[in-house]
Amino acid sequence: MKSRHQRMIFIGGVAVAMLAAAALAYKAFSSNLLYYYSPTQVRAGEVPADRRFRLGGLVVEGSFERVTGTLTSRFRVTDLESEVEVEYHKVYPDLFQEGQGMVAHGTLADDGRFIADTILAKHDENYMAPELAESLAEAEARAAE
Amino acid sequence: MIPELGQFALVLAVCLSLCQAALPLAGSFTGRNDLMQLARPAAAGQFVFVGLAFAVLAYLFLTDDFSVEFVFLNSNSDLPSAYKFTAVWGGHEGSLLLWSLMLAGWTLAVAFASRSQPLEFSSRVLGVLGIVSSGILLFTLLTSNPFQRLLPYFPEGRDLNPLLQDPGMVVHPPMLYLGYVGMSVPFAFAVAALLAGRLDRNWARWTRPWTIGAWLFLTCGIALGSWWAYYEVGWGGWWFWDPVENASFLPWLMATALVHSLAVTERRGIFKSWTVLLAISAFTLSLLGTFLVRSGVIQSVHSFANDPARGLFILGLLLLISGGAFVLYALRAASLESEGGFHPVSRESFLLANNVLLVVATALILLGTLYPLFVDALNLPEVSIGEPYFNFVFLLPMLPLGVLLGFGMHAAWQKMSGRKLLRQLFWPLAVSIALALVLPFIFFGTNSFMTVVGLATGIWVGFSSFLMPLGRLFNAEAVRLSRAQWGMCIAHFGVGVFIIAATVTSGYSVEQDVAAREGQQWQLAGYELDFRELRRIEGQNFTADEAEIEVRRDGRYVATLRPQRRDYPVREVVMTESAIDANPFRDVLIALSDSVGDGAWAVHARYKPLIRFVWIGCVIMALGGLLAATDSRYRRPKELRAGVKPTEGAKPAVGVPAEEGGR
Repeated sequence: MKSRHQRMIFIGGVAVAMLAAAALAYKAFSSNLLYYYSPTQVRAGEVPADRRFRLGGLVVEGSFERVTGTLTSRFRVTDLESEVEVEYHKVYPDLFQEGQGMVAHGTLADDGRFIADTILAKHDENYMAPELAESLAEAEARAAE
Repeated sequence: MIPELGQFALVLAVCLSLCQAALPLAGSFTGRNDLMQLARPAAAGQFVFVGLAFAVLAYLFLTDDFSVEFVFLNSNSDLPSAYKFTAVWGGHEGSLLLWSLMLAGWTLAVAFASRSQPLEFSSRVLGVLGIVSSGILLFTLLTSNPFQRLLPYFPEGRDLNPLLQDPGMVVHPPMLYLGYVGMSVPFAFAVAALLAGRLDRNWARWTRPWTIGAWLFLTCGIALGSWWAYYEVGWGGWWFWDPVENASFLPWLMATALVHSLAVTERRGIFKSWTVLLAISAFTLSLLGTFLVRSGVIQSVHSFANDPARGLFILGLLLLISGGAFVLYALRAASLESEGGFHPVSRESFLLANNVLLVVATALILLGTLYPLFVDALNLPEVSIGEPYFNFVFLLPMLPLGVLLGFGMHAAWQKMSGRKLLRQLFWPLAVSIALALVLPFIFFGTNSFMTVVGLATGIWVGFSSFLMPLGRLFNAEAVRLSRAQWGMCIAHFGVGVFIIAATVTSGYSVEQDVAAREGQQWQLAGYELDFRELRRIEGQNFTADEAEIEVRRDGRYVATLRPQRRDYPVREVVMTESAIDANPFRDVLIALSDSVGDGAWAVHARYKPLIRFVWIGCVIMALGGLLAATDSRYRRPKELRAGVKPTEGAKPAVGVPAEEGGR
């Protein structure tokens, strides 16, 4: 009888631990989802406030400027329809260039600027992030209409 | 003419692999010995011709034959010769050929080593390997032919991706592929057992060394990849939960589970269908990884091409090979009977917990890796999953696993008193927790909840791994440890080292991004950095800006670091070459980024304590694996059959049946 009792407690304990673990994993999952938005979507106010997200587009030629002698820099990113200003305080990846594609992670400030904490640039000349290629194609299609 | 020779060799290899796939299997079901005996010559011939194709491709690279498209895209006459050779696997087509070569090598090894096994069984194993091999070779030949000519052709090639021009690249892919592809061997053993509808402990004994072998190469390959990423692209990070990294890590987790469940199957004749399922899953994840990396659905330095036809082909192959195996499993698994039971407190229970926790970790990481792809395929808003998720869902099952590991190693098979186990391990556990509380204060002056948990787990795992050898040292009557047991202790010690290193380097690293000028001095975690000068230098196929930064501690000279920012004109790429001052206990890493105006440069400085032990821990694990895989009972099957007693397990358990079962 005693061993059966013990077993029930053991199984119950494992079940509770599993449920707690599942709940924690779910919470970690949902709080780490990073949605992708294009500059047009950002301008249209589709981004929920206070949420980190990914912003992708082409770096506008001639838009890159730096506060001289510091790491603070700004540039504009476009999907060929709208532009969003991005501010960044860290070192850029090697492949970051004006006129090229990039994807930034960060949050939207109250004044509409995007404060990036991570910037990813394409890996080679053939590459464009799939979502970036898609949003560029959409913008082009809209422009053609 | 030479490229066509390679092409021809590849075609012959495909033919032989098809023979190896079809005939021995047919023979094993019709009982025709002549067909079954074809398996070994076919495997040997396949190895010769895949090897020839590979050698031809290497020759084309070394002789700068840019009329071949693959060479044109991935090499250049200015490229140093060593990199011309490694460029063979610097692109999609060549890396597939390397995959095939590895598979042919494993197949050949199995063909030789399986001569003492029943012909029916070995011909099924080789047949299954033949199916995998023909799939991959056909894929190479039909969608990614490395010998494709280019007309008209150009006198100069487009150069190898500068990221891949690095010594780490010489060993990382072959090592990783050895492990990846090696998982096909336990897979083939599992499918052969299902085909026969019979699985005994001999099966587990044959499968174990192969599994451990593949696992140890996978371990080394992943560690090398992490090391390479750290100094080449890492900016001081060593693991990013990038889908490509996950693609190699998921099979590793499964392989680790498999290694442990095989131990139970060999020893006790239970967990049979579970072991088979793990073997199938581990190889499925290897194939899935190949699909993810090679099809272009995810983007990284590893995905060379975005050709949908290729993705479709691999997906088809995955469905055929893994799907077939899973269907077979569903039909046959019920026929694999357990030979006994076990109590809640026993070695079996701990190994079961190990398996469950590893599978949970695999599933959660797989979810995070695939979810964005599913969402994308369903045309929902695009999404990616941040690193914190992966860190969390990895630690969630792994910390309990670490705690249980220390107990499990000392638990007896079948049945043991839980109180006795606790009493035996109380002091080691208490000491580990005490050390975890005290050590960070001594070395770093601070502490946090996660570092205490991580350190306590790491020290506990490392400590308990050596209780057995220590016990032997102080007690002459203790059971002598077999080589496999030494392997287990050492591998687990490596796990402990890894956990300690990962905890310390995650908790106590210091990272700085600064705008620095010549002559500027600043502090990094107790080190003084002095930007001496910046100059321009010329390399063989690049030009570079090089900074000279002196590192001092308490006024004493430590090192001079020369990070570079290289410009490769052929590919029009800029590359950051970081400079590292390494010693076993800490790295100081400096990377030079662009000029930010006003004479200042963006400089990336990192202090990474114990980072070296992250990889050293992996190497120790692999070393343990090497000892375990070469244990005498795998090498001398004849003596075993004559009744030499193996000595595995911490303590001889009550009522353990004789080692030899079945046939």
